[in-house]
Amino acid sequence: MTAPGDGTGRGGGERRLHPVTPLRRAWAPLAVIVGWAVHDPDQAHRQLSRLTPAMLGLALAVLVPAAAVYGVVSWWYTRYAVTDAELRIRTGLLFRRTAHIRLERIQAVDVTRPLLGRLAGVAKLKLDVIGARKKDELAFLGEIEARALRAELLARAAGAAPGAAHRAGEAPARQLVRVPSGVLAASLLLLVPTWAKLAASLVVPVLLWLITHQPWPVLATAVPLVGGAVTSSVRRFAGACDWTLSESPDGLRIDRGLLDRTHETVPPGRVQTVRLVQPLLWRPLGWVRVELDVAGSSNSLLLPVAPRHIAEPVVARVLPGVTVPADTELLRPPRRARWCLPLWWRAQGIAVTDTVVAARSGLLHRRLALVPHAKVQSVRLTQGPWQRVWQVAALRLDTGANRTVTAHLRDAQEAAGLLRAQAVRSRTACRAARQDGRTARNAGPGTAWDGLGQR
Amino acid sequence: MGRTSEDQPVWTALPPGLLRMRRLLLVLWAALAAVAVGVPLGVLLAPAWAACALLPVAAAVWGWVLLGRNWRSWRYAERADDLLISRGVLWREETVVPYGRMQLVEVTSGPVERRFGLATVQLHTAAAATDATIPGLDPAEAERLRDRLTRLGQARSAGL
Repeated sequence: MTAPGDGTGRGGGERRLHPVTPLRRAWAPLAVIVGWAVHDPDQAHRQLSRLTPAMLGLALAVLVPAAAVYGVVSWWYTRYAVTDAELRIRTGLLFRRTAHIRLERIQAVDVTRPLLGRLAGVAKLKLDVIGARKKDELAFLGEIEARALRAELLARAAGAAPGAAHRAGEAPARQLVRVPSGVLAASLLLLVPTWAKLAASLVVPVLLWLITHQPWPVLATAVPLVGGAVTSSVRRFAGACDWTLSESPDGLRIDRGLLDRTHETVPPGRVQTVRLVQPLLWRPLGWVRVELDVAGSSNSLLLPVAPRHIAEPVVARVLPGVTVPADTELLRPPRRARWCLPLWWRAQGIAVTDTVVAARSGLLHRRLALVPHAKVQSVRLTQGPWQRVWQVAALRLDTGANRTVTAHLRDAQEAAGLLRAQAVRSRTACRAARQDGRTARNAGPGTAWDGLGQR
Repeated sequence: MGRTSEDQPVWTALPPGLLRMRRLLLVLWAALAAVAVGVPLGVLLAPAWAACALLPVAAAVWGWVLLGRNWRSWRYAERADDLLISRGVLWREETVVPYGRMQLVEVTSGPVERRFGLATVQLHTAAAATDATIPGLDPAEAERLRDRLTRLGQARSAGL
C-alpha cells in the first residue's frame, strides 16, 4: 500500500485518520430522514405513517449498519502522507482518488473543531490551495496530530527543510487583539440589516393579519422570519465569539468560535486586498470590521469588530509597511461629479501612498479598500458616455483574489495619469517585493514570501 | 530594462479583416431578417406590408456605422514593460497589463475567424477581471505577439 519514495522517515509515511471518523458517516441515513422530516413535516408524516414501526425498525437496522460499514471502509482506504514536496491524500475504494497537494502551493491551513469533535478530542484540517476551487480537508485527526500536521505544513510551505519543520513544532504565537464578547454582541446589534430583518418579521405578519384575519398564514410566515432573523445573528455571534488574533512566524492566527472552534492562519505576503468596513451605526463609536482577500482562500474576515486605532496596526501586520491613510488624506472627486452620482459622490475618495492604493466608497456604509501596489495584476480605466460629459472616469485595479478595487469619479485627466503611474508603481513594487521575498526565504521561515511557487 | 516605461505608447490599430468579417456577417443576417420579415408580410397581408423589411435594412445600416466606429476604437500598444489595450466608443476602457503579471497567453481562432484569416489574442493574469483581449489579428501577428508576450512574461515573471 505504501508508495515508494516517502521522504519523511516519519512513521513510514502514510497515516490513517482518527478511528472516530467512521462514526460521522454511520448516522448519515438518520440525519437525512430527520432533515427531511424537519424540512417538509406534512409530507414526511404522511409517508412515515404508512410504514409500520416494524418496517421502520427493519429499514433502520439495514441502513445504519450499511452506512457504518461504508464509513469504516472509506476510513480504511483514506490515507495521507507528507513527503518532501507534497501532501498526498488517497481516498476511495472503488473510485480511487489521490490528491497531490504541493506544499509550496498551500496558502493556509485551518483547524476546525466542531462541538461533537471537541468532545471526542478530534479536529478537522482544511487546506487552502491555489487553484483548487474548494478546500481539501482531512477529517478527522486527533487534536494533537492536527496541530502538529498544521505546524509542519505551514513551516514547509514557508520553505523550511523537512527535518527542521518537524523539529520546529508549532510556532509560538503572541496575542495581538482579543474581541470582547460584549463588544461583539453590541456590534451585531448595531447593524442596520439586523433591525431591518426584525422589523420585517414583525411588520409582515401584522399586515397579513390585517388582510386575512386567519392565524395560520400569519404564524407560518412569522415563525420562519423571526427564526431566520434571530438565528443568523446568533450564528454570526457564535462563529465570531472569543475572536483572538495572534501573531506567529507562520502569519496571523485567528482563533474563534463559541461551540465550534476554528483556528485559521492568514499567510503573510499573500493578502491581496484589505477592506476596512464601517457600517452606519458603528461610525460614532469608531469601530471597523477588517476584511481581507487571499488568493485561493475563502477566509475573508480578519477582525469582526475593533476600534480603528487597534485595527490599523493589525492591517500594518498583514500588509507590511502599510499605513492606513486617514480620511483627510483621501482625494475627493471634483464637484461636477455630483451629476453622475448625487450625494454619494462625496464619499468617494482615493489615496496613493508609497506602498498602497486606498479607495473609499459608500456614503452610509463606508468601505475603505487597500491594495498594495505589488498585488495589482492589471489596471483599467473605464468611462461611460454620461461620465464623459462630465469629464470623469473610474480607475479599476484588478487583484489576484478576483476582486477589483474601483476608484469612481476621478477627473479624467487625473485618472489617465493615475493609470500610467499605477502601472509603473505596481511593476516596481512587485520587483522590490520579489527581492524582499527572496532574502526573507533565505533568512528563515515565515517572514514574507511571494511568487507562489514560480521558482 | 534600461528604457523607462514613460515612453509614449506607439499605438497599433487592428487590421481591416475584422471589420470586413463583421460587416459581412451583419449584411448576411440583415438580408435573412429582411426576407424573413418582408416575404410573409407581403404575401399574407398586403404588398405594402413588405416595406417592413426596410426595418432590418435600416438597422443594418446603423450597425454598419457602429461596427466601423467600434473597430476604429480598438488599438493596442506594446511598451517596454506593459501592454496597453484601448477600446470602446461610448463605454471606453483602457487596460494596462504589466508583462510580469501575465500567466497565460491564448491565441484562439474560431471557424468563421479562420475563414477570414483572423485570430484573437487573450491575456490572462491571476485576476479573472483582467479583460485583455485583442480580436481580429492577422495569425502571423497574433503568433508574434504571443511569442513576444510569453518571452517578456517569463523575463519579468512575478506571479501574485
